[in-house]
Amino acid sequence: MAANLRVLRRRIRSTKNIAQITKAMEMVAASRISKAQARVEASRPYSDEFTHVLRTAAKAGASDHPLLTPREEPKRAAIVVVTSDRGLCGGYNANVLRETERLIRQLSEDGKEATLYVIGGKGTAYFRFRNREMSGQFTGFSEVPDYANAAHAADHLTAAFLAGGDSEVSVEWDDDEHADSGADRKVMFRAPQDAEGKPGVDEIHVVFTQFRSMLTQTAIALQVAPLDLGSDEEESDDSGSSSRSGDSDGSDREAEYAFEPEPEVLFDSLLPKYVRARVFAAMLDAAASESAARQRAMKAATDNANDLVDNLVRESNQARQAQITQEISEIVGGSDALAQ
Amino acid sequence: MAEMQVDVVGVEKKIWSGEASFVSARTVEGAIGILPGHEPLIAQLREAGVVRVDPTDGESFHVAAFGGFLSVTAESVTVLAELAELASEIDVAQAKDDLREAEHYIGESDDQEWRVARDRARARLQAAGESVEQ
Repeated sequence: MAANLRVLRRRIRSTKNIAQITKAMEMVAASRISKAQARVEASRPYSDEFTHVLRTAAKAGASDHPLLTPREEPKRAAIVVVTSDRGLCGGYNANVLRETERLIRQLSEDGKEATLYVIGGKGTAYFRFRNREMSGQFTGFSEVPDYANAAHAADHLTAAFLAGGDSEVSVEWDDDEHADSGADRKVMFRAPQDAEGKPGVDEIHVVFTQFRSMLTQTAIALQVAPLDLGSDEEESDDSGSSSRSGDSDGSDREAEYAFEPEPEVLFDSLLPKYVRARVFAAMLDAAASESAARQRAMKAATDNANDLVDNLVRESNQARQAQITQEISEIVGGSDALAQ
Repeated sequence: MAEMQVDVVGVEKKIWSGEASFVSARTVEGAIGILPGHEPLIAQLREAGVVRVDPTDGESFHVAAFGGFLSVTAESVTVLAELAELASEIDVAQAKDDLREAEHYIGESDDQEWRVARDRARARLQAAGESVEQ
C-alpha cells in the first residue's frame, strides 16, 4: 500500500512538470501569433501594390509573357509545401501533407508530374521517410521566416519555371557579358548555383496553411504560376461598359501608363520578385497558423495534464486514507489481542 | 503648393507614407524626378539605389531602396522595394566596413555576390549623405 502511494506521488510530480512545460510553450506560441499576424498585415501593402503593377504591365502588352500564359502541354509542376520545423502543433503538418498528396494525385490525373520543394523539417522528414524525391529542401526558419529565406527558395522555383518542363535547370552565366559595366546595367535573374540539373517545371503550386482566424486555419493549395489574372478581365469589362465617366478609382486604373523599361523587359524582372513575394506571403501565413496550431495543441495538453493531476491527487488521497484506516485497525486489533 | 501621396513600401512593412511635393529616383534607364501631376508610370529602379523624397512638411530625406519598382499616377507615387531603409536608420560605419570588405573581395574573386554587396553599401552611404566615388 505504501509503495502504491509513493508511485502515485511520483506520477503527480512528473505530470505537473509536463503541464508547466506545455503551459510555457502555449504562452510562447500565443505571443508569436500576434507578432506573426502583424507581419502578415505589414506585408500586405507591398503585395497589393505589386499586384497592381503586374496587372497594369500585363494589360499594356506583356500578356504573352511566360508568366501569364499556360504552357501548351504542361509536363511537370512544382509544389511548394510549407510545413513547420518542429512538431507539437496538433494536426498542422498532417493537414498540409494531406492536401499535398491530394494535389499530387490531381496533377498526375492531368498527366503532370509533381516535383516537390519542401519548406520545414517535418515535411522533409515525411517525404524522406517515404523515399520520395525532393527537388529542394529548406529548413530552419518556419516560425519566424524572413524575406531572405523566401527569396532563396523562390529563386529555385523561378529557375525551374524558366527552364520549362522539358528541360533541366542550368546555371551557366556568361560573366564576361554581364561583367561590371557600371551601376546602370540591368540586373537579370541569376539561378542559384545549387539548382543546377534540377528538373524544370511548367507550373508552380504552393500548399500552405491559411490563417483565417485564431480558431480556423486551413491547408490550401494555390497556383502561383502561370498567373491567372482572370478577375482583372471582369474589372476592365465593368469599367468599359460604364464608360469613362465611371468612378474615379476605375478611371485611374485605366489610365495610360508609361513604362521604364518596356513592359516585356519589365516583366522579366517582375517574375522572380513575384514568385518571391508569393512564397514569402505563404510562409508568413503559415508561420501565424503554425503558432496558432501549436498554441491550441499546447493548451489541450496543459488541460489534459491538469485533469490527470486532479485524478491522481484524488487517487493518492484515497490510498493515503486507506493506509491510515488499515494502520488504525491493525493497532486496535493488536491492543484487543493484548487485552484478552 | 501641389502635393501627392507618397508611399515607400518594403516587403515586410511600409517604411514611410505621407504627402510630398517631389520625388527623385534612378531607374534602370536613368534619373527621374517626379512632381505632382506626373504621367502614370511604372518603372524599375536600379537594383541598389537612392530615392529622395521632399515631404510638404519637413525636411527632404533619402531612402536606400533595393530591388525596387516605382509606380506613379497623377496623385500618388509608390516606391516598392524588396528592402528599403530610411537614411536615418542606416549604420554608416557598418556600411563603410561592408563596402571596404566587398571591394577587397572583388579584387580577389570576381563574384557577383560581392558586386551586389558593394552596390548595396554604396547606395546606403549615398542615402546617408556620405560621398562615395562610383
